Amino acid sequence: MKFAIQINSAPWESQACETAYQFSRASLTMGHEIVRIFFYYEGAYNGLRWMSPPDDENPLIRRWSELANEHGVDLTICISAAQRRGLLEQSEAKRLGKSDNDLAEGFRIAGLGLWVDACLKADRLLVFGA
Amino acid sequence: MKNFLFVMRQPPFQGSRIRESMDMIMTVAAFDQCVKILFLDDGVFLLKSNQNPDNPDLKTSTPLFAALELYDVEELWVEGESLAERGLDPSHLILPVRTLGRTEIAFFLAKADIVVNC
Repeated sequence: MKFAIQINSAPWESQACETAYQFSRASLTMGHEIVRIFFYYEGAYNGLRWMSPPDDENPLIRRWSELANEHGVDLTICISAAQRRGLLEQSEAKRLGKSDNDLAEGFRIAGLGLWVDACLKADRLLVFGA
Repeated sequence: MKNFLFVMRQPPFQGSRIRESMDMIMTVAAFDQCVKILFLDDGVFLLKSNQNPDNPDLKTSTPLFAALELYDVEELWVEGESLAERGLDPSHLILPVRTLGRTEIAFFLAKADIVVNC
């Protein structure tokens, strides 16, 4: 089955991101396809490179990047949600006269159109986080 | 084409939340998909008329809903019980809505291809 996944929470505020991650891993292991994981609302923070939780918490940020590396999963953060929260990729930062490069490895920034695209291509959309 | 149903349960003035939800709804509509919005619980306050904060820093979200017509989003549904429990009826709202009963909600949700709680 083809899944589109939307994540609405920041990694520290609820269990939603962890559950989404575990679901994604499990579904890939079982041979399903993940069309895209789209990060919206506070979910944008999942791609913040500078998050530095204690190592013994097995930071999700590292595991998202691994997931993208291993399976080529498309981790897309909504551009307007990201900008609102000060999460800028290098080219966008330059355009805004800032010097950030905030995206962790494996993430990209794009518009809501890619969320609709994922919804249309997938058999199911799963939304994690309030 | 898919049937998208957005369920709005939050009252107005929730930071950027409503604005971001409306961005989603308008994007889907721009892709010529079928869009319905269901207002549940405190979400019915989003359509309440006469939201006129004196403070210019506080922007109402009602113009965003009024603009939905331009995107051909005309199916606005409200749970009747949510309205009644808050002392409201459809005449208090800025836009014409269709009313559903609480017992009909589950079936209504099941009919959509994609349901987004926002």
